[in-house]
Amino acid sequence: MKIAVCVSHVPDTATKVKVSSDGVSIDPTGVTYIINPYDEYAVEEALSTKEKLGNNSEVVVISVGSDKSKETIRKALAMGADSGVLLKDDNPRDSFAVAKALSEEIKAQGCELVFCGKQSVDYDNTITGQLVAEMLGYSCIPVIVEFNLEGNKITAEREIEGGREIVETVLPAVLTAQKGLNEPRYASLRGIMTAKKKTIEEKPAADAESLTEVLKMHLPPPKKAGRILGTDSSAVPELVSLLREEAKVL
Amino acid sequence: MANKILAVLEQREGQLKRSAFETVGMAAKLASELNLEVEAVVTGNEISNINDIGSYGISKVIHLKNPDFENYSSSGYRDAVTDYANESDADYLLLANTSMGKDLAPLLGVKLNAGCIMDCVNIDVSSGNLIATRPVYAGKALIDVKPKSAKIVITIRPNVFKPVPGGSSSPQIEVREISSPNLQTRVVEFKKAEGKLDVAEADIIVSGGRGMKGPEHFDLIEELADLLGGAVGASRPVVDAGWRPHSEQVGQTGKTVSPSLYIACAISGAIQHLAGMSSSKYIVAINKDKEAPIFSVADYGIAGDVFEVLPALIEEIKKIKA
Ligand SMILES: Cc1cc2nc3c(=O)[nH]c(=O)nc-3n(C[C@H](O)[C@H](O)[C@H](O)COP(=O)(O)OP(=O)(O)OC[C@H]3O[C@@H](n4cnc5c(N)ncnc54)[C@H](O)[C@@H]3O)c2cc1C
Ligand SMILES: Nc1ncnc2c1ncn2[C@@H]1O[C@H](COP(=O)(O)O)[C@@H](O)[C@H]1O
Repeated sequence: MKIAVCVSHVPDTATKVKVSSDGVSIDPTGVTYIINPYDEYAVEEALSTKEKLGNNSEVVVISVGSDKSKETIRKALAMGADSGVLLKDDNPRDSFAVAKALSEEIKAQGCELVFCGKQSVDYDNTITGQLVAEMLGYSCIPVIVEFNLEGNKITAEREIEGGREIVETVLPAVLTAQKGLNEPRYASLRGIMTAKKKTIEEKPAADAESLTEVLKMHLPPPKKAGRILGTDSSAVPELVSLLREEAKVL
Repeated sequence: MANKILAVLEQREGQLKRSAFETVGMAAKLASELNLEVEAVVTGNEISNINDIGSYGISKVIHLKNPDFENYSSSGYRDAVTDYANESDADYLLLANTSMGKDLAPLLGVKLNAGCIMDCVNIDVSSGNLIATRPVYAGKALIDVKPKSAKIVITIRPNVFKPVPGGSSSPQIEVREISSPNLQTRVVEFKKAEGKLDVAEADIIVSGGRGMKGPEHFDLIEELADLLGGAVGASRPVVDAGWRPHSEQVGQTGKTVSPSLYIACAISGAIQHLAGMSSSKYIVAINKDKEAPIFSVADYGIAGDVFEVLPALIEEIKKIKA
C-alpha cells in the first residue's frame, strides 16, 4: 500500500511574531523554520504502519510550499520516508486551496492511507486533513492518539473534551496525528545521508482558488504589566479581594 | 445574496453543550446585523434541553433524529446537516470550535463549497459584509479574514461569546427522522475521563509547572481548582515527565485556553506556554522568581514560594466560600 504524509514547513514555536510590511503575514527575518511538530507524529505513524504491512508498502511525503519546504521534506526522508513531492506554490493560499493541491497529488499517486498533523502551528487551522479526506471521498478521523489497521478496517482513538472517542472506519482514509500517538524516531546518520541522495519531485501545485482572504494581520494588544502584590502568603488576602472586587472573577 | 444562517449545535449524551448556546447567541446576533433568517439544527437522538434554545434568540430548531445519532458519526452528521443546509438554502453555517466542530466544519465546507474560518474570537459586520478575527501562531498574532465564497462555514472559540439569555419563549421544534444514516465513520465508544472538567471548556484554570517539583504536589493544584469549580492545567515539562495527562497541557502544542481566570503556579512563562493562555481574561502568577516572564502577562502576581502561598490561598478561598 502507498501511504502519504502531508507535511508543512512552519516557524519554530519559539518565534516572536512580527507583522511583515505586507500587513497580512509574518516577517520571516530571523525566523527559523521547522517541520510542523504534529507532522513528525504523522511521519512516524506512516513509517511504523509501513513496517507492519511489510513488503509492498511505501511512504511518500508531500508538501505544498516554496522551495524552502524541501528542508522539511528532507527531514521526513531522513526519518525513513521513501520519496518526496514538493507542490510548488510561492503564494500563500488558504487551507481549501492547499487541500485541493494535496488531494490531487494523493489521487495521482494512488495513496489509500494518508496521515496529516492535527494542526499546523502557524495558522492553526486544524482542517487540512479533513478537507483532503472530503475532497477525495475518503473517511477521516482527526486528532488521533491511537491507530489500528486490520485489513481495510481502522480503529482509532481520538482526544475530545472530557475523554476519548473510539472511532471505527474503513480505508481509504485520512488520519490526523495528535501528540501521544507515538514517539517520533530520530533520523539516523545513515538516514540523513540517504535522504540527501533521494530526489524530491517538484511540480506546480494544482490551481485552486482560496475561499477566504486575509485582510490584515495584527498583534494582540500588549497586556499592561500587572502588579506584584507581595513575596509571600501575606499578600493572599489582597489577591483574593482584588479577584473578587476588581476582576470580579470569584 | 445570503438568506439564512444555520447554527449547527452540538449535543453530548443527549444534552446540548454550553458552547451550543454560545453558537445560538452568535447566530442570532449575526442574523439581526445581516438581516437574515436564522435557524438552529442539531443532530442527535433524545435531547433533553432542546427547549432552552428559545431563550437565546432562535425560534426554530430542526432536530435531525436517529437512535444511532446518540454517538457522534462524522459521516452521518455531515450528510444529515448537508442535506438540510441545501434544502433550506443556508449560506452561513456557524459551529462551536470544539472537537466536533473542528471535525465537522471542514467536511461541510467541502460538501457546500464553502470556505472555512475557524476558531473566531470576533465577528464584525459592516455594511453587510462579515469580517472574522481569529488567532494564529497560537495567539501570538490575529488575522482578520473575509469570505470569498458565497457560502461560508464559521466556527467560534468556546467561552468567548458568553450568551445572554433573553426572554424564554418555546422554540418551534421540527423533528426529522433520518432513515439509514451513513455510519461509515462512527464513534463506537466514549471513554470519559473521570468526571473532570476539560481545560478547554473551563472558566477557571489552575495550572502547575515544573516548579511544583513532583506529581504528588498537584494535590494542591487540584484542591484549589475544585474549590473554584475549575480545571487543572499543566505546562509541557509536567506532561512530558508523566506527572499529568497530556489532555491538561496548555500552550502552543497543548490547548489554547481563554478562561476568565488563569492561575499559573510555578510556571516560568515560556513563549510556547504564554501562547496558549495569554488571552485569558485575568491571570494570576505565583512564582518565586520575580523576573519570570509569566509576570509580564499576569494581572496580579505573588513573587513567592508556591508551597507557602498556595495553602494560604486555599484557606482564604475556603473562607469566602464558607
Ligand atoms: C516545539 C515546542 C513546543 C512547546 N510547547 C509547549 C506547550 O504547549 N506548553 C508549554 O507549557 N510549554 C511548551 N514548550 C516548552 C516551553 O518552551 C518551556 O520549556 C515550558 O513551558 C516550561 O515549563 P515550566 O514553566 O513548567 O518549567 P520551567 O521553565 O522550568 O519553570 C519552572 C518555574 O517554577 C518556578 N519555581 C520553582 N520552584 C518554585 C517554588 N517553590 N515556588 C514558586 N515558583 C517556583 C521557577 O522560578 C520557574 O520559573 C514547548 C517547547 C517546544 C520546543
Ligand atoms: N502546505 C502544506 N503542505 C502539506 N501539508 C500541509 C500543508 N498545510 C497543512 N498541511 C497538513 O495539514 C495538517 C493540518 O494543518 P492546518 O489545517 O493548516 O492546521 C498539517 O499538520 C499538515 O499535515
